[in-house]
Amino acid sequence: MRSLVRLWPYVRPVGLRLFGSACVAVVASCLSLLIPLVLKWIVDGPVARRDPSGVWLGGGLVLLLGLLEAGLFGVRRWLVARPMAGLEARMRADLYRHLQRLPVAFHDRWGSGQLLSRGTNDLQIVRMFLTFPLVFLAVNSTTILVGFGILLSQQWTLGLVLLVPAVPLVVMCAYFEARYSLAARRAQDQIGDLTTLVEESVLGIRIIKAFGRHRSQARAFRRQSHELRGTELRKAWLLADIWALITGLPDMALGAALFVGCVQVAHGSLSAGTLVAFLSTALALRWPIESIGWLLSISNESATASDRYFEVMDAAEPPETGNDEEETSGSGGIRFSGVRFRYPDAPPHSPDLLTGVDLHIRTGETMALVGATGSGKTSLTALIPRLYEATGGRITLDGADTAGMTRARLRALVSTAFEEPTLFSASVRENVLMGAEEASDADLLRALEIAQCGFVHELPQGVETQVGEQGLSLSGGQRQRLALARAVVGRPRFLVLDDPLSALDVHTEALVEAALRQVLATTTALVVAHRPSTVMLADRVALLADGRIAAVGTHRELLGISAEYRWLMSGSDGAHRAPADAEGSTAR
Amino acid sequence: MTSVTQPPTDQADDERGAAADDPYDRDLLPSPRGASRALLRELAGPHRARVWFAAVVLVIQQAAVQAGPLIVAMAIDRAIPALGRHDSGPLFAVAGGYVGAAIVAGVLQRTFIRVAGIVSQDVLLELRGRIFRHAQALGLDFHERYTSGRIIARATSDVEAIRELLTEGLQELLNVGLSVLFIAGVLVYLDWGLGLFALATAIPLVVSVQRFRRRSKRAYTARSAAMAAVIVRFTETMNGIRPVQAFRRESANDEAFNALNRVHRRANGDAILEMGRFTVSSWLIANTSVTLVVLWGAYRVASGSLELGVLAAFVLYLRRLYAPIDPLGMFLNSWQSAAASLDKIAGLLAQSPSVPEPSAPRALPQREAGRPGRAVAFEGVRFAYRTGGEVLPRFDLTLPAGQTIAVVGATGAGKSTLAKLLARFYDPTGGRVTLDGVDLRELAGPELRRGVVMVTQESFLFSGTVAENIALGNPDATPDEIEGAAKAIGAHDFIAALPDGYDTDVRKRGGRISAGQRQLVAFARALLADPGVLILDEATSSLDVPGERAVQRAMRTVLRGRTAVIIAHRLSTVEIADRVLVMESGRIVEDGSPAELIGGDGRFAGLHQAWEDSLV
Repeated sequence: MRSLVRLWPYVRPVGLRLFGSACVAVVASCLSLLIPLVLKWIVDGPVARRDPSGVWLGGGLVLLLGLLEAGLFGVRRWLVARPMAGLEARMRADLYRHLQRLPVAFHDRWGSGQLLSRGTNDLQIVRMFLTFPLVFLAVNSTTILVGFGILLSQQWTLGLVLLVPAVPLVVMCAYFEARYSLAARRAQDQIGDLTTLVEESVLGIRIIKAFGRHRSQARAFRRQSHELRGTELRKAWLLADIWALITGLPDMALGAALFVGCVQVAHGSLSAGTLVAFLSTALALRWPIESIGWLLSISNESATASDRYFEVMDAAEPPETGNDEEETSGSGGIRFSGVRFRYPDAPPHSPDLLTGVDLHIRTGETMALVGATGSGKTSLTALIPRLYEATGGRITLDGADTAGMTRARLRALVSTAFEEPTLFSASVRENVLMGAEEASDADLLRALEIAQCGFVHELPQGVETQVGEQGLSLSGGQRQRLALARAVVGRPRFLVLDDPLSALDVHTEALVEAALRQVLATTTALVVAHRPSTVMLADRVALLADGRIAAVGTHRELLGISAEYRWLMSGSDGAHRAPADAEGSTAR
Repeated sequence: MTSVTQPPTDQADDERGAAADDPYDRDLLPSPRGASRALLRELAGPHRARVWFAAVVLVIQQAAVQAGPLIVAMAIDRAIPALGRHDSGPLFAVAGGYVGAAIVAGVLQRTFIRVAGIVSQDVLLELRGRIFRHAQALGLDFHERYTSGRIIARATSDVEAIRELLTEGLQELLNVGLSVLFIAGVLVYLDWGLGLFALATAIPLVVSVQRFRRRSKRAYTARSAAMAAVIVRFTETMNGIRPVQAFRRESANDEAFNALNRVHRRANGDAILEMGRFTVSSWLIANTSVTLVVLWGAYRVASGSLELGVLAAFVLYLRRLYAPIDPLGMFLNSWQSAAASLDKIAGLLAQSPSVPEPSAPRALPQREAGRPGRAVAFEGVRFAYRTGGEVLPRFDLTLPAGQTIAVVGATGAGKSTLAKLLARFYDPTGGRVTLDGVDLRELAGPELRRGVVMVTQESFLFSGTVAENIALGNPDATPDEIEGAAKAIGAHDFIAALPDGYDTDVRKRGGRISAGQRQLVAFARALLADPGVLILDEATSSLDVPGERAVQRAMRTVLRGRTAVIIAHRLSTVEIADRVLVMESGRIVEDGSPAELIGGDGRFAGLHQAWEDSLV
């Protein structure tokens, strides 16, 4: 229940309307209870007196009540429809806003699917709960109380006969609902597992086809879908029992009431009109009673949904520690001093990934970063724009501590091309200009030229062509070149390139390198390199090993002094023939 | 997650202009008329007996439920007067009848839900299985055009829509239909004048339902399109959070998202109001009808031409008739969305696989032990993608058993097409591809995969352990064989360093596996499959130099005796090849041993020189 209370800040702006709609619903519901009373008046009054003209008054009253009831239903919906859609949208916008500002480490832990289900299904459940079950819990309780009040005041004996099964019915419904939601949750989980299997077998279709593994996939699918069928049948069994009760029990009570009522009418202690009114009131009370269990279970479900939403909203945005006053001195380049780092989700006893990185990239210099797989090259580059926060030491840009800058300012200074080139569903132009909104068309063309993105001019609508999930799909190499264009379009002061040419073929790679040299000449850059050809872009090379910088120097110097570097560049440790390697390995 | 790939919005279609004519883009697949109805018949066919049984149960159950007011009428008009004559027989009869009807209704309700549950779940099981098997059987050309998201949506959210209707709405819809029939019958039987009058008042209700169906379809389509746009934006942002933050897109994204969110809010409000409009108009009609019946009925009772009990029955029946109005709106919606989903599923199932299994499969000839390689021949092969443009114009090539062939050439030269034809991911448009003289199209799936295996650039890992991922190459492999394959390719060291070694779950915490490491797993998988012909399509692109070297060293031993086709950007691969093919525009322009080609003055010699220069 506490999780539902947390919704209050969102509900408050629409609270009045919500309260109003509840009041309207209570009134409408009570009006429908009045109709049988009018009926009674007609039967016992004009009908009993054989006075046809008297019927008109009663009929008019019934019509009025009926129209009022329908009208109030409409008013209720009209009161809450737009505000509730607004509430859902507001909660979703807040979630999106919040998630965008959470650290990358948070997103490492949470898949986008998990976050999405909070932003869609869970919010829909919450919205529906506030519009319908919450209001009707109040309305139906009131209706039941008023209804039984009417029944008891009319003829308490008859009322009691009807009241008797109501209590066990509510209790049983609540009990079954509890068990039903357990089964429903299990079914939900199994559907989730089945979905994962379907997703994987579609995403990995090439591998399945390459190895002819259709049968084993189909077997796994059959097993899981049979399990799901079992759970769904269990749900149906429970449902069958509840509905047997809901259908049978009230009617049995009505049968008893009918018996008692007839006896009383025959004895004259009850009017025929009262009996008719009684039966139709009892009928009107059926839904409110049946629904209590269902409403409670929906409340439960929305409490869970609300929990899931706030679980993510409660993740703290990293505090903005910096200010924009920290001055860059105009020179000094990028300097790492004693930088340490470990991933927040690393196992507790594992060593730090970076254990004290000291490195100075001079202004205007291009530094290649080389290291074995898993040595932390990408992690190190991510520390510069503070996508991850270093756990120790400091990084300065032209003399200014990055930790002392606001993230916005820091990220305006540093531009990155990531190893995994991500394009968004937008035009080529928008995708590239993400790097610099104020850039001109000339800048755009220049960046496309540098990254050898000539192919965009052959796309159906040139640079306006939509790409990404909803648009044209591009090859890995094409995506990588666009990501590179994005990184260089704003002529950034500091440039970070994470293995920017890995997906290019030899020919294109050579062209990009030639163009990239001009850009690198005017900026301070750190380039992660896996291959000699990429290293050639750099003035100096830093070798990352065992969490620190093991050596810095020119390519040739490192080939001379570092066996590990030789191994990384040529694949052979070649210690005994270092000079030959340094001469270039054409002799191989 | 799955709904990411709901049909693109109408607006997006307009923007794409010409592309809107492509049925794939609009998520509508060509399916023969009545395909979804035929599918439904096929699915329900095996359960015909149960369906009939359920129908009979439901009819009797509704009769028992609707008997109530009729019994009330008898109680008032017969039993009470009889009591006045000190005859309590009729009273016991009606009260017993009422309770009996209640019990019958309850018990049959339970029976119906159970039987209907079994039928629905079996139908769903079969439907899920069919979609899954069919999606697996369809060719890669289909998968590439239809996109994974849509297939996933078919197997999940579309099946879900049908499940919702079957388990939650179908009985209500049937009940409404049956109760209308019953009540109409009883009313006309009780008093044909009043009965016909009451039924006439239902006409405006039917009109209102029709109008609602039409309008709600529009409102709900608009809402789901708006939701799809919101979902795409949301997912893209979260998946691309690094560039989003690095390029300070947060505020701009907020704005863009809010615009989409606003569209959804409006559509959402419209849809809710549409439902409200339906409810209000239906209640207006219902309550007015009740009033009119009461008026006329009471008038007639007062003037003596109608019995009081009949009037009471009328009023009770009409309340019942109109009671399910609120849920009816909901169920009509779920009916509509289930029908739309079934159409889409039928469209998918109507696609025929472009690479069908042979009807009379042939076996490959036995090979002697230690020489598993097989001879490959492309005989007059031509190939064009369905979207047009011929990629391979008449192509002949013979690869002797046991040879290692490197294929080089610029992007788009047709290297990958050659590989995909050899792996039978596609069938040629003309000519044939043979393995030891047998046309690939005549080989059954398992036989084909013992013959040819392909390792691609993308190396997807399935959820499960590392060992399970490797064992995909040969499910019967022992742990020792799995480890042996990993060792042979140089993947053992990194796997052993994972938290649980070979038993590390690749989707769990601590299971960070880099692109290069995933490629090594893919290699180990291929080794374990032990094929006669191994195709490597840019399979080392994510490895660093030492990794690539290790793989090459391993290849020298692994490929001995096998036929191998290696496609690579990087010429380092050429070192282990017996023969090099240079491709350009779908043709082989140079063919020879590496030494011959390097020594010559052709394209390859030039490429090789450039590559040498780039090395240390």
